[in-house]
Amino acid sequence: MIAIVDYGVGNLFSLECSFQAIGQRAVVTNDPEVIRAADRLVLPGVGAFGDAAEKLKKTGLGETVKREAAGGKPLLGICLGMQLLFENSFEFGFHAGLGLLKGSVKPISEVIPAFLKIPQIGWNALSILRPSPLFRFIRNGDYVYFVHSYHAAGCEDSLLATCDYGAPLTAAVQKANVFGCQFHPEKSGSVGLSILRAFCGEEEAC
Amino acid sequence: MITKRIIPCLDVKDGRVVKGVNFLNLKNVASPVELAEAYSQGGADELVFYDITASAEGRALFTDILAETARRVFIPLTVGGGINTVNDFERVLSCGADKVSVNSGAIRDPGLIERAAKLYGSQCVVLSADIKRVDGAYRVFAKGFREDTGLEAISWLRRGVDMGAGEIVVNSIDTDGVKKGFDLELLREVTQAVNVPVIASGGAGSIQDFIELFKTLPGVDAGLAASIFHYSEVSIMDLKKEMALRGIPVRL
Repeated sequence: MIAIVDYGVGNLFSLECSFQAIGQRAVVTNDPEVIRAADRLVLPGVGAFGDAAEKLKKTGLGETVKREAAGGKPLLGICLGMQLLFENSFEFGFHAGLGLLKGSVKPISEVIPAFLKIPQIGWNALSILRPSPLFRFIRNGDYVYFVHSYHAAGCEDSLLATCDYGAPLTAAVQKANVFGCQFHPEKSGSVGLSILRAFCGEEEAC
Repeated sequence: MITKRIIPCLDVKDGRVVKGVNFLNLKNVASPVELAEAYSQGGADELVFYDITASAEGRALFTDILAETARRVFIPLTVGGGINTVNDFERVLSCGADKVSVNSGAIRDPGLIERAAKLYGSQCVVLSADIKRVDGAYRVFAKGFREDTGLEAISWLRRGVDMGAGEIVVNSIDTDGVKKGFDLELLREVTQAVNVPVIASGGAGSIQDFIELFKTLPGVDAGLAASIFHYSEVSIMDLKKEMALRGIPVRL
């Protein structure tokens, strides 16, 4: 069973549906017992980093997720959920993250040319930098759907893939059992579903 | 590189696609769910569902359809029509919409954009405007093109972005239904005025119209159309292949 951690940000309906579509049982939950019992965890999130980090702290779910990840349970952070895996963020001030991965979340405006629009909204190609179980069903250059104004920086030791938006932006990361996608696999068509299937340990792509 | 998006739009009334469509091998399909699936498989980058239902029963039917679509289609889904309050945002977001498009509701109550952007983020709020030339000026129309609101279009869109709209849909009434190309003149002004993604709507009649749109105006991010896709006058896959051949970045 996959636990989609519900700490009070964003809508999780589509995400839940995407796991159902690949034949996985996923539950949206804020119950630490369910999270402990799950085989895999998904940390979702849209909105502002500071608000989300505060909610993770207040609900105690941040600690639960950290403990489970430290115990080796596969964890996938998506979009803001991926950014929360890092040490800190500079979005509207300075906020501490979960610190499961080394690096900081910074505005993409620091690295992209001024004429490009912020946020990056749309389909962009993945440049896969090294092999990962997460990408075993997809190819380098496959397109996924992004919506973001910030990205992870200083994360060379976990960097898995980038996308080109006038500059290389962090698209996916992995360190051991901790995975993160800046894009939305649940909105990235069959490529996205293949990534989720790989995360679930399935043998075949969709 | 970020790609240009091709977006089919479905008008839904009482849970059915208006007029039905002749799409690929699906003759007279009226199920929005089936059509959404076919478009997704056919290469659409995103879908827009436009709810033109008037009754409360129809609204409930619409959200059922939306939820069923979200269970089967895994590309971004924008919902518009009848969005007047934050509760309307909640109603469609909880059924699988990723973005919500406001039009008349934002004209009546511009604060809606700001409140929704605060609650759900700018990426979720799409400002859509129906625009027509009146005495040499661009004006925003409401109530399905019938009412001139008196609002100057460019300043209205700029104001919408300032209030938190994360994307703009520009629908030109002057070119809508004419099928002789997008309203490049209007779109140029809009892309120069705002720094959020701009979606062009109204006037597409052929593959060439999309090529001209993206070649002439690199600031336009997406092209939206309805009938030419529904009646298979233009296949999305053929369109995207031609775009790629012409050097326009596209997801194939």
